[in-house]
Amino acid sequence: MRVETLLEVQDVTKRFGGFQALGAVNLHVRQGERFGLIGPNGSGKTTLINCISGTLKTDAGRIVFAGQEITGLPAHRRTRLGIARSFQIPKPFVSMTVLQNLMIPVEYSGRGHGDGVVDEAMGILEMMGLAAKAHAPSAALTQIEMRKLELARAMAARPRLLVSDEAMAGLSSAEVDDILAILFELNQRGITIIMIEHIMRAVMRFSERIAVLDAGEKIAEGAPDEILANPRVEKAYLGE
Amino acid sequence: MTVLVAGVVAARLGVNQYYYFAAYVVLQYIVLATAWNILGGYTGYVNFGTPAFFALGAYTAIVLIKSVKAPLAAQLVAGAAVAGVLGFAIGYLTLRLRGVFFSIATLALAVVLQTMFINWDYAGGARGITLARPAVGPLGASYVEFLFVVMLGLAVVAVATARWIEGSWIGRGLAAIRDNEEAAECMGVPTLRLKLVATTVSGVLMGLAGAPFPYYLTFVEPTSVFDLNYAVNSLAMPMIGGSTTWIGPVIGAVLLGTAQQVAMVTISSALNLLLVGLILVAFVILAPEGIVGLVQRLARRRGGGA
Repeated sequence: MRVETLLEVQDVTKRFGGFQALGAVNLHVRQGERFGLIGPNGSGKTTLINCISGTLKTDAGRIVFAGQEITGLPAHRRTRLGIARSFQIPKPFVSMTVLQNLMIPVEYSGRGHGDGVVDEAMGILEMMGLAAKAHAPSAALTQIEMRKLELARAMAARPRLLVSDEAMAGLSSAEVDDILAILFELNQRGITIIMIEHIMRAVMRFSERIAVLDAGEKIAEGAPDEILANPRVEKAYLGE
Repeated sequence: MTVLVAGVVAARLGVNQYYYFAAYVVLQYIVLATAWNILGGYTGYVNFGTPAFFALGAYTAIVLIKSVKAPLAAQLVAGAAVAGVLGFAIGYLTLRLRGVFFSIATLALAVVLQTMFINWDYAGGARGITLARPAVGPLGASYVEFLFVVMLGLAVVAVATARWIEGSWIGRGLAAIRDNEEAAECMGVPTLRLKLVATTVSGVLMGLAGAPFPYYLTFVEPTSVFDLNYAVNSLAMPMIGGSTTWIGPVIGAVLLGTAQQVAMVTISSALNLLLVGLILVAFVILAPEGIVGLVQRLARRRGGGA
């Protein structure tokens, strides 16, 4: 079976003034894959995600999604093509209820504004276990509910690729399992997932392949057990 | 529609002309506050440049009167169009600026435009320009009464526009931008395009409010159309009334506009801004969501208690 590449990151470079946040990073993510992206704090993970989702402009390099070059496209166009993300620090629309939060991506990800928007949003809330909170103000959610809302909103955009940026940071271990189960379920439905995470237990269990960033460079890539055995990775995390 | 008919009837009843003058000002503030709120309240971009758009509407009318003696309808259309173009241009140039930086840019815009008009002799320059207003309006009413009805119509148009936007997908997109612009963009909301819609519509409505102004006062000078009052009031009224719904600016404009008119007659005209300032401070501290928010909060509490 030929495995199709869904996302291709070619020599993507990003500087902030004199600071090189990303230096010519390459990544290939396959259709349907569970891909882990790890690295110490400040290694450029979120910067890379911002470049992929379009909230940052890359200085050099190309990004190709489903065979189409998307390097210069604004973020909302990429969302419509099928790239959705959750934010590391939840960014709910605080003046809206949970349901209204989901209606934004449902309406704006390219399906028009007609009937069925509410039903579709409710369907996603049910899948995420948030249906009971549909009419609660989004500002009143607990930490775990807030994370689920982030994922639910990303799902509401009907993505082909979901980028989960530290969806589990600060959660208890039972809650981590809860989120992991959701992500496995989404992957079962055919959604490719890039997971950025510091909780090693979760990334190692979830990912089929992992890339490691350190100081803006990709220092390793491979299956979880290869990554664990890699001396460069150990050095990046623990020092000499 | 009913509002309009009532207005026409009131105009025909032949009340003291002063009341039309005062009511005109209040209606004008309904238009300005509603226009401001589409950008400031719905989208979260605070515009200090209301006088720029208002004055541009007025000066467009002046140029049309002076050059071709154009009728009021043409003045309105042209004033709205020019102010709308300015809104679009400003939106395009500055909307990459967030928060307070956008506000500073709009303030600068008003100053730059004022300087331009001070130095433009054709439109009166710094000395101002006197215009002859037609003696009678259509249907035999006095022209002031006619202008009052026109402004009433504009207020209805402005509020209807705001109400439609608020209930549509555009309004939901604008609210998403206000709440979190980055998240909105990542959810597929074309943030730049929607913000341009907001600046343009807001500019059009402000230009509409300004276009009848030359005939209303028959004398226009830069300091009167670029008055700080317009910037402060168009911001204070939605904030006092409640900036997330269309009714908020209307409530704020009616209350504050009327209070100012009363204060102007009974106390002094210089006291107006002080009055606005004090009320605004009180609201920001005591009821940050305005009167509408306050009422909703009380209703919820009562509903929860019962």
